[in-house]
Amino acid sequence: MSSTTNPSTHHTSTIGAIGAPSRRNTELALLVFAVVIPVFAYANVGLALNDQVPPGLLGYGLGLGLLAGVGHLVVRKFAPYADPLLLPLATLLNGLGLVVIWRLDQSERLQVRSTFVEAAPRQLLYSALGVALFVGVLLLLKDHRVLQRYTYISMFAALVLLLLPLVPGLGADVFGAKIWIKIPGLGTIQPGEFAKIVIAVFFAGYLMVKRDALALASRRFMGLYLPRGRDLGPILMVWAMSILILVFETDLGTSLLFFGMFVVMLYVATERTSWIVFGLLMSAAGAVGVASFEPHVQQRVQAWLDPMGEYLKSKQGVVGHSEQSMEALWAFGSGGVLGTGLGQGNSDLIGFAANSDFILATFGEELGLAGVMAILLIYGLIVERGVRTALAARDPFGKLLAVGLSGAFALQVFVVAGGVMNLIPLTGMTLPFVAYGGSSVIANWALIGILIRISDTARRPAPSPAPNPDAEMTQVVRP
Amino acid sequence: MSELTLTVMRLGFLAVLWLFVIVAVQVIRSDLFGTRVTQRGSRRDSGRAQQASRQAAPPQQRQQHGGGGGRQRRGAPTKLVVSEGTLTGTTVALQGQTITLGRAHDSTIVLDDDYASSRHARIYPDRDGQWIVEDLGSTNGTYLDRNRLTTPTPIPLGAPIRIGKTVIELRK
Repeated sequence: MSSTTNPSTHHTSTIGAIGAPSRRNTELALLVFAVVIPVFAYANVGLALNDQVPPGLLGYGLGLGLLAGVGHLVVRKFAPYADPLLLPLATLLNGLGLVVIWRLDQSERLQVRSTFVEAAPRQLLYSALGVALFVGVLLLLKDHRVLQRYTYISMFAALVLLLLPLVPGLGADVFGAKIWIKIPGLGTIQPGEFAKIVIAVFFAGYLMVKRDALALASRRFMGLYLPRGRDLGPILMVWAMSILILVFETDLGTSLLFFGMFVVMLYVATERTSWIVFGLLMSAAGAVGVASFEPHVQQRVQAWLDPMGEYLKSKQGVVGHSEQSMEALWAFGSGGVLGTGLGQGNSDLIGFAANSDFILATFGEELGLAGVMAILLIYGLIVERGVRTALAARDPFGKLLAVGLSGAFALQVFVVAGGVMNLIPLTGMTLPFVAYGGSSVIANWALIGILIRISDTARRPAPSPAPNPDAEMTQVVRP
Repeated sequence: MSELTLTVMRLGFLAVLWLFVIVAVQVIRSDLFGTRVTQRGSRRDSGRAQQASRQAAPPQQRQQHGGGGGRQRRGAPTKLVVSEGTLTGTTVALQGQTITLGRAHDSTIVLDDDYASSRHARIYPDRDGQWIVEDLGSTNGTYLDRNRLTTPTPIPLGAPIRIGKTVIELRK
């Protein structure tokens, strides 16, 4: 928004202000589109599996439409200048996730498994809770700058949330990772998903205050700005924290997410490339160090380097090996460019976690490369809108918070998609909005709610000039 | 269900999914906002450049401009020109929007001047379309001709408004 000109361009520039218009009708049109696509997919799955339009089509369509409609009306009323794309993109991903989870529910191969439960109705309930939290965020959080007051409280809250699964009697060790807590009568929740948002608030508040010290007090060495030793304190602390998560909860994904988010926000706050170099070196050192003694992590690395060997060992009945990585790769391969069509793939052969960690493999098989690219682009668009919001935000706290939240979202998608495609070692994380999992869906709707709140503040036009009552009273009458 | 129907549905679904992505990207394209700066090579190009930039403006903006044009009286100023200071030669089209001046980065005209306050003054049209300049409590004051402003004051065409080292005026 600056119009600084240098002497050589005198007499050459014209400045015109373009205000950000309210785009609620665009949002509504896109939302209708975003509801129709999953309904189409649902009918397609039904026709492919049972030769008939599924009986729940109307109810499902109305349910999704109702959620989207409520979200839209609340945004229209309470955040009228918000970004028009965030809500439709999230709705589309949530709807497609529901369809694919329902499609995997219909699989006879999965139904015979002892752990089988009908996941789609629950996921619909979680989505409704998620939209309720989204509405709650928009109603209660009138101005995101309020969060700035809770910088250090957020730090404690995030630490408590992260440590809860380690409390004896409360934590639940599920398949090698201790990231769930059990609440009697309610089921399990994954506090790490919520900690992600809370800790972004802490990082934003902390870096906003400390960024000058971190950016300016540094020595130049070999083209890099080296920070002073005492300024390294916070990054070392966060690093130690994520290593501890890795060791005690054996959760590679969450630890990568937190450390990565901190490095991203540190870079954005200080504009120093050296932080990225440090961050990459430290995370590499940490990961290698932990992998050298933690068997759960070792096994993941082994499956990453040699998925076929893991698959064969698992089929021979050797304990401690997993065949999923190889099966996911086969699923992607048999999908090809255009896919086998919804409901016509065999990705349900990935028995365990087919509808949560490995749900992208089903997309890969049934929608092919074309479909997966579209899905990844939709994630990319959500992240882009988040970063655009950060650029437009007028206050540094809002900028950092928007960058942190969209960075966390991007990292999570990368960690999951990269893991399933065997680009990086697999970690147990959920694909936002798409994968089955209550905590993930609910937390990500809250994340989108905060982004919409920041973008509403950022794009709201400046108030129109009001006549100043003081000026009227103190008029100077000149002779 | 016949093979053909399922194939058509499969390809149709991918097409619809991509259509959504493309529509979303189009929305981003029409959603640009901020400050538009048109660089002009020479005087002769100026008309063309202005025309082009007006065509690129989002539809809402164009409507607003059309409505404002209908109300505009004859002889009303159409642009604000910086005639002295580091920004000399910069013009801002007057389209019914408020123009803020100051050192703050979100001002319409960002003044790089030690004598300017961060929110120094604003220029806006009143209900009749008359342009008004108002000092926003600046330290060193805003001057219209030789007089320091104390209240919002209508701007005569061509009268110099001085802020620090910068002088601006309204022209037809």
